Amino acid sequence: MGAAKRYDAVIIGGGHNGLVNAAYLARAGKRVLVLERRHVLGGSTVTEEIYPGFKYSVLSYVVSLLRPEIIRELELPKHGLEILPLESTLTPLPDGDYLVRWADHDQTRRELYRHSPRDADTYDDFGKLMYQLAFAVKPILGIVPPDPTSLSPRDLLSLARIGKHFQNLGAEQFYALCKLLTMSSADFLDEWFEYEPLKATMSASGIIGTFLGPRSPGTAYVLLHHYMGEIDGVFRAWGFPRGGAGAVADAIAAAAGRLGAEIRTEAAVQQVIVKNGRAVGVALDSGEEIRARKVVSAVDPKLTFLKLVEPRELPSDFVDAIRRYKIRGSSGKVNLALDDLPNLTCLPGRGPHLRGAISISPSIGYLERAYDDAKYGNFSRRPYMDIIIPSMIDPGMAPPGKHVMSIFVQYAPFALEGGWNDERREAFGDVVIDTLSEYAPNLKDLILHRWVVTPWDMQEEYGLTEGNIFHGELALHQLLFMRPAPRWADYRTPLKNLYQCGSGTHPGGGISGTSGRLAALEMLRDS
Amino acid sequence: MLRGTPFHARTAPLCQAQNWRRWAGYLAASSYELTHEREYYAVRTSAALFDVSPLHKYLIRGSDAERLLNRVVTRDVTKCAVRQVMYTTWCDEAGKAMDDGTLQRLDEDVFRLTTNLPNLRWLSDSSAGLRVTVDDVSDSTAALALQGPNSREILKNISDAELDELKFFRLTYARVGDIPVTISRTGYTGDLGYEIWVDSQHAVRLWDVLLDSGERYGITPAGILALDVARIEAGLLLPGVDYIPAHRAIIDSRKSSPFELGLGWTVKLEKGPFVGRAALLDEWRRGPAWQLKGLEIQWGSLEAVYREFGLPPELPSFAWRTSVPVYVHRRQIGYATSGCWSPTLKKYIALAHLRSAYAAQGGEVAMEVTVEHERKRALARVVDTPFFEPERKRA
Ligand SMILES: Cc1cc2nc3c(=O)[nH]c(=O)nc-3n(C[C@H](O)[C@H](O)[C@H](O)COP(=O)(O)OP(=O)(O)OC[C@H]3O[C@@H](n4cnc5c(N)ncnc54)[C@H](O)[C@@H]3O)c2cc1C
Repeated sequence: MGAAKRYDAVIIGGGHNGLVNAAYLARAGKRVLVLERRHVLGGSTVTEEIYPGFKYSVLSYVVSLLRPEIIRELELPKHGLEILPLESTLTPLPDGDYLVRWADHDQTRRELYRHSPRDADTYDDFGKLMYQLAFAVKPILGIVPPDPTSLSPRDLLSLARIGKHFQNLGAEQFYALCKLLTMSSADFLDEWFEYEPLKATMSASGIIGTFLGPRSPGTAYVLLHHYMGEIDGVFRAWGFPRGGAGAVADAIAAAAGRLGAEIRTEAAVQQVIVKNGRAVGVALDSGEEIRARKVVSAVDPKLTFLKLVEPRELPSDFVDAIRRYKIRGSSGKVNLALDDLPNLTCLPGRGPHLRGAISISPSIGYLERAYDDAKYGNFSRRPYMDIIIPSMIDPGMAPPGKHVMSIFVQYAPFALEGGWNDERREAFGDVVIDTLSEYAPNLKDLILHRWVVTPWDMQEEYGLTEGNIFHGELALHQLLFMRPAPRWADYRTPLKNLYQCGSGTHPGGGISGTSGRLAALEMLRDS
Repeated sequence: MLRGTPFHARTAPLCQAQNWRRWAGYLAASSYELTHEREYYAVRTSAALFDVSPLHKYLIRGSDAERLLNRVVTRDVTKCAVRQVMYTTWCDEAGKAMDDGTLQRLDEDVFRLTTNLPNLRWLSDSSAGLRVTVDDVSDSTAALALQGPNSREILKNISDAELDELKFFRLTYARVGDIPVTISRTGYTGDLGYEIWVDSQHAVRLWDVLLDSGERYGITPAGILALDVARIEAGLLLPGVDYIPAHRAIIDSRKSSPFELGLGWTVKLEKGPFVGRAALLDEWRRGPAWQLKGLEIQWGSLEAVYREFGLPPELPSFAWRTSVPVYVHRRQIGYATSGCWSPTLKKYIALAHLRSAYAAQGGEVAMEVTVEHERKRALARVVDTPFFEPERKRA
């Protein structure tokens, strides 16, 4: 049995970060075992055929931050990774008009010009600035975040390197960066643009996964993440994974397996076993115990440090910091199996606009009101939605002529007034469908199957504490050297031989794999 | 969803080559015939008709129009008489060129600025607090360039304009039949030529009249490929090719000042404050680090390079638009940005950015040429532009 074997490392959680971690350790010759609680791998990066013939990219659906070095080093294309272009963003408007940003520059300019000649000019300048800033900030996302309070040579060297990088940034760009770090996305975009649907649609990328509205300070920074994806976009790393998000996890699992990693599903970890102040293995729900020189947790920090490890094994100030860590879930997901394509009032019929994203974000006010509902414990009566029709991009997602639709919804607070139950879940699903039907009147007639995922479901089924999609909010106070807690941002933990590699560590959520990779590299330094 | 210009209904059937390219979101013919040669020769021997409608055009009106423009562009707009046209650049605060174009003074308080890039936001932002309106008339104003020795005769036949009196870089109002037009003696070919500005709704009719009466004079619809050769011969710059407009440059070193582009003559430091003046004044004192110059590639040297491979010189049949290194001895001292074989001068010519120390007229440099997949160098002489400037241009 497993208990007899001794692994170099056992990884808790078969999400993409856990799998990346395992792959890198195995690549260095380590004997590793991944333990996944569910019957499928992937965690938030999962494709499931819940309704026969229709594949849902149940939770995440777009790849934009997956690190090119991981794609290269793990040879993911060889193991089945294909990323298909997702080129346009359509914002249908209540008055029957619309805004589309296409892949083509001239076409987008024309379209913007139709609404605001001024914004059409501004759009390029704005894009250039964001590109410059993303280029400056991006390297920080790919390294272990140095702690500015530390005097260790390694931290100082790393800080100096970052400082040098910022020197290349012009004064103008540096000031803009300071604004980005402190302003709300609405205010920041207001400085540039005038057309509401454009501002709203752009600001939406600043609120995804946060319990904040577009007018909350700090949301501007998240806008940058979008443009970081764009830089890699040059290498075609931006888009919809063929086969859905689960295909990303499958490709990484295949690479890890090929490198010798063992992977087990339906193996839920109950406890990290600690002996003499060191992690020495894990105990499963089944009672089975598995020994390993190192234990890595790829689940979120609350789960790791407040559930899987006995708090008395950890320093109390650390436990306090983890308790204070903000992980309020605010998003829901609705997946639909459709008999045919929806017909949009603003752009009737089939067309290229159905191959891209559809954003229900007509104005900043609309988004902020959606947030207001959530602030007081309700799901938005008229929510923000980011929609794609995966079967338009990869026909394999649904039977011929049929379609699947992925609807990311905000806000759906985890702490719903009165709590979540089956009835509230369906009421939430109804609000989503009703709102969307205002833009696509035939939608209700097309629905063959509907699968609603609330933050409660995300916690119960997918192991995301409070249903937070990023294992903790991407707010500045818990990013970089503060993620998940000061002094423990280098993937180590106060418990010897216990490491962390999930999205709750730097650089944070999203299908990026960085946490898994950097954690593995740190572990290899220690061994 | 690329758009045709207001002349598209006429240009599309004429475009035998089906060879279109993009220009500011519009379709523009690369050439109408299967090769562009005859279209080029029309510029120099008869008359070529170019559809230049994709240019951005702004109408600037109001009692402060002159003040706004004088604050924005480098030329002295107070010296621009009514019905005069000025070629000018405009810069950012760092004195780097953002774009260039022509400024037409249509009336005391009315100007039309034609530009390569969108400039609406820039102009509106600069007009804060002034009594002036800026309108983008790019779509509503169509434009044709009639260029070549016969252009004057053709226009005289169809319009009531006093063209014999119209001097270089002046404009006049006229009628072609019942169509009101503005005719400016301007162009992008360095030849005798005119540009005709017309309300888009009359575009097709104007085209028909021109082709009809121009036939006897050899009027020839011509595309961008022919234009490109003519403008290199004339030493005229193409933003985005010969220099990176300041707003588009991701890094500072990609930007150029008017002095570095050989456009110092458009910078009127003495006129008082304007955007970029302080930086330009500094640069004027120091002298520019770079200069844009002409290169004449030496035929003997080119022949020698090809002879190594048992070949005669093979020259590109089109103007090229790529960055090509330029050397003195082993050291790269610049780069050429566009070049072509000049059919009129019978010379291989290029426009190049050279470090000032190597930019003196008559100096010898070497330009990279690729022969049989190998990088070679051919000697070239540094010359002032234009390469070609016929007397008829101003006469
Ligand atoms: C609805 C939604 C939409 C999203 N959309 C996008 C998107 O479009 N693009 C994007 O880039 N990102 C998106 N994200 C975020 C992204 O999916 C996540 O940040 C990322 O997938 C997290 O990966 P991970 O490996 O760190 O953690 P997870 O994927 O959460 O993996 C953790 C794994 O641990 C397992 N686990 C939990 N407890 C135990 C236990 N006790 N024992 C064993 N295993 C356990 C879980 O089952 C899970 O498989 C979205 C997230 C959600 C929820």
